[in-house]
Amino acid sequence: MSTIQLQSNSPKGDLATKWTQYRGSMNLVAPNNKRRLDVIIVGTGLAGASAAATMAELGYNVKAFTFHDSPRRAHSIAAQGGINAAKNYQNDGDSTYRLFYDTIKGGDYRSRESNVYRLAEVSANIIDQCVAQGVPFAREYGGLLANRSFGGVQVSRTFYARGQTGQQLLIGAYQALSRQISSGKVKMYNRHEMLDLVLIDGKARGIITRNLLTGQLERHAAHCVVLATGGYGNVFYLSTNAMGSNVSAAWRSVKRGALMANPCYTQIHPTCIPVSGHYQSKLTLMSESLRNDGRVWVPKHIEDAKAIQKGEKKGVDIPEEDRDYYLERRYPAFGNLVPRDVASRAAKIACDEGKGVAPTGLAVFLDFASAIERYGNAEATSRGLKNANVTQLGEEVVAAKYGNLFEMYEKITGEDPYKNPMKIYPAVHYTMGGLWVDYNLQTNIPGLFALGEANFSDHGANRLGASALMQGLADGYFVIPYTIGTFLADEIRTPAFTTDAPEFAEVEREVAERILKLKHVNGSQSVESFHRRLGQIMWEYCGMSRNAEGLKKGRQMIRDLRDEFYRDVFIPGDIEDYNPELEKATRVADFLELGELMMLDALDRNESCGGHFREEYKSAEGEAARDDKNYTYVAAWEWDDNDPSVHKETLQFDNVELKTRSYK
Amino acid sequence: MKLNLKVWRQKNNKVKGAFKAYSVEASEDMSFLEMMDVLNEKLIADKEEPVAFEHDCREGICGSCNMVINGKPHGPQKGTTTCQLHMRHFKDGDDIVIEPFRAAAFPVIKDLVVDRSSFDSIIQAGGYISVNTGQAPDGNAIPIEKDLAGQAFDAATCIGCGACVAACPNGSAMLFTSAKISHLGLLPQGEVEHTKRVKNMVETMDKEGFGMCSNMGACEVECPKEISIENIARMNRSYIASVFGAAE
Repeated sequence: MSTIQLQSNSPKGDLATKWTQYRGSMNLVAPNNKRRLDVIIVGTGLAGASAAATMAELGYNVKAFTFHDSPRRAHSIAAQGGINAAKNYQNDGDSTYRLFYDTIKGGDYRSRESNVYRLAEVSANIIDQCVAQGVPFAREYGGLLANRSFGGVQVSRTFYARGQTGQQLLIGAYQALSRQISSGKVKMYNRHEMLDLVLIDGKARGIITRNLLTGQLERHAAHCVVLATGGYGNVFYLSTNAMGSNVSAAWRSVKRGALMANPCYTQIHPTCIPVSGHYQSKLTLMSESLRNDGRVWVPKHIEDAKAIQKGEKKGVDIPEEDRDYYLERRYPAFGNLVPRDVASRAAKIACDEGKGVAPTGLAVFLDFASAIERYGNAEATSRGLKNANVTQLGEEVVAAKYGNLFEMYEKITGEDPYKNPMKIYPAVHYTMGGLWVDYNLQTNIPGLFALGEANFSDHGANRLGASALMQGLADGYFVIPYTIGTFLADEIRTPAFTTDAPEFAEVEREVAERILKLKHVNGSQSVESFHRRLGQIMWEYCGMSRNAEGLKKGRQMIRDLRDEFYRDVFIPGDIEDYNPELEKATRVADFLELGELMMLDALDRNESCGGHFREEYKSAEGEAARDDKNYTYVAAWEWDDNDPSVHKETLQFDNVELKTRSYK
Repeated sequence: MKLNLKVWRQKNNKVKGAFKAYSVEASEDMSFLEMMDVLNEKLIADKEEPVAFEHDCREGICGSCNMVINGKPHGPQKGTTTCQLHMRHFKDGDDIVIEPFRAAAFPVIKDLVVDRSSFDSIIQAGGYISVNTGQAPDGNAIPIEKDLAGQAFDAATCIGCGACVAACPNGSAMLFTSAKISHLGLLPQGEVEHTKRVKNMVETMDKEGFGMCSNMGACEVECPKEISIENIARMNRSYIASVFGAAE
């Protein structure tokens, strides 16, 4: 174990003014010098595209990389519900401090105060920027921006664009990026996947990519490398992530010495369409915004649940008095809008009691009947209609708010959610863990930065809804363009790097060997089958609830599976060709190592916090029980094939008091 | 259910492709792409190369998937991408013909995968609002009428999949281009550059090898996001104005 001192590098001073003061006093790079500095950005989702566009605007030479055929396809596009910002447009008492506090509390006091405050502070600028770019946010009749509520908060601060907020924000960032591509300040590499990081004298100076069309390995050099490569939820195989989302860029950096922080913090989203068959390739989210109006329930009596499971009864057949609206019952203050981790665990408990409502027993209802009636009556009153068809009027209002989500539900399940309550179940959605970064978003490797879901810094052990979009854009538009100067200001005399350096040749050789090794296994099982089995192990032993025994077992199972993978995987096609199976194989190989680290991290953290629920550590009422005395730290892992080691960054809370999180 | 597939196989864009027949067992709750996964797992088990096709989010929003199914881009269900099409819309014993999106400006890369980077070129020609980060006024500084914002939104829902091009006998990208022009041009923020944007985007569209529009309307019918051809009319008016209108 090497000695790494983790310095958060948070500037001193008052929380509320530290970012402004820091920004005003940090080293700057003059415009004429920016032109001489090259920046590599990997990933072009919200964080990467916004960072690439903004840094190009400032004058840096940017090379941007995506494995997609176009930057517009990044998985940020699938975010549905919205983006938070402390604008207080609704005059409901919102403020930067309140957004900061909600985020710290929502994260179960496991994130870094200074980073979170800065996030809340720049949130308002994001909305302004996006509106100026032409993002068509929802508006009120007066022409001003509309808001709605998300889980874990008691104000309305979520801006949205129907159920397609991620798409609209990503298209905004993509357009800003396109403008810089056309100006020549960004060189865009589509269909290029980063397969390794190149260090020169301990600093990140380049990457090795595979051209996914030709299979050729390529070297790319720069003064620094920025990773905006998203999260690793696909380690679970079934998740709401896109099929291509992967950990490889981050994981290859870990193998070069970067630290992976809190890898066990996984967000299980409570409202997803339940699994229906073994062939299933992914799970689909139903936006958290639905919990503004939808009521979550299961039957009170197991006999009713059994009848529903067998298809003998439907949700609508269960009379009101026989329904258990368990979130409203258990958490009267927040009701259906409790944070995601709380809602997910409550659903699991209900299903574990045998009250699930799908044939598999793994689903609860999300019911809009009372919202339809409420809206219908309001419409009838406001339009002065007597004897109106209230249900129809109400359905129209619900359709205007959530229409595309209801349509998507019907397409996937074949059931009409206006007539029967939706069936939902928790699924892996987001990973709060990620590369360890300091206040400047720099990893422990000088010159290597990580943004968005790829880093760990802002969401602690549980992310609040509509905060991922906020963080991605905050990091890309408003943080990294400044903080990268803290590294690059010392590099203005460093000439541009070429790829002739022996370090590039060496890393390229290692990548080529790694690919050859995978291809030469020439076994009998598909990559997909290994990925599916890995996902089952992760879900079983490192999913919604975990215990020491299971985690130890799971870790060993992953090691065995990894051995089997390198003995028996089969990759069809050629290495130097367009070969999606080979792409999958390199990604799954990395997941097979990350999964082990997640088990280890979960085993090491002997407490329950946020999305990390250890069965051994819970209150008498079954809620997560933190151990602040021993675990108020970030676990930053240094990888080793045999024995990964942990480095700890103690979390200082100077501005909020650590409390037991209560949504009752 | 048992299905008889005819799938377009093409090694790369240097060699000719051909249809190949496969049969596959599917269940009606599968998505179309999950049915393709089953086929590919079978091919891999037989040590054959799986069918290459593009896909990512599988939620109908990323625009990656692009199959022509029985002659229709994204298949028979209206307003639905390939990934959101489910097998309950097919019957046991059905014959299904699966091809790539075909257009001069979308060359085939392999099997069902085509190169749609010409769409990126059109956006790079002006599909943006020229505002640097940090320059923006307050988000509520300019009220925008709700219905107008809604119209801009309807155009902005384009996912850039290219079904409009594949549906058009001329391989025209007018629906795609006009949707972006409407999205930005209808908003006060985007109006400033509208004339220049229209001219540059339309010219790039022609340069990229897309065909002309002959008002067939197939693009609108096949668009998985149901984007209206009214946008094309709006673009045409603006383009004529940009060519014959006041000099910039």
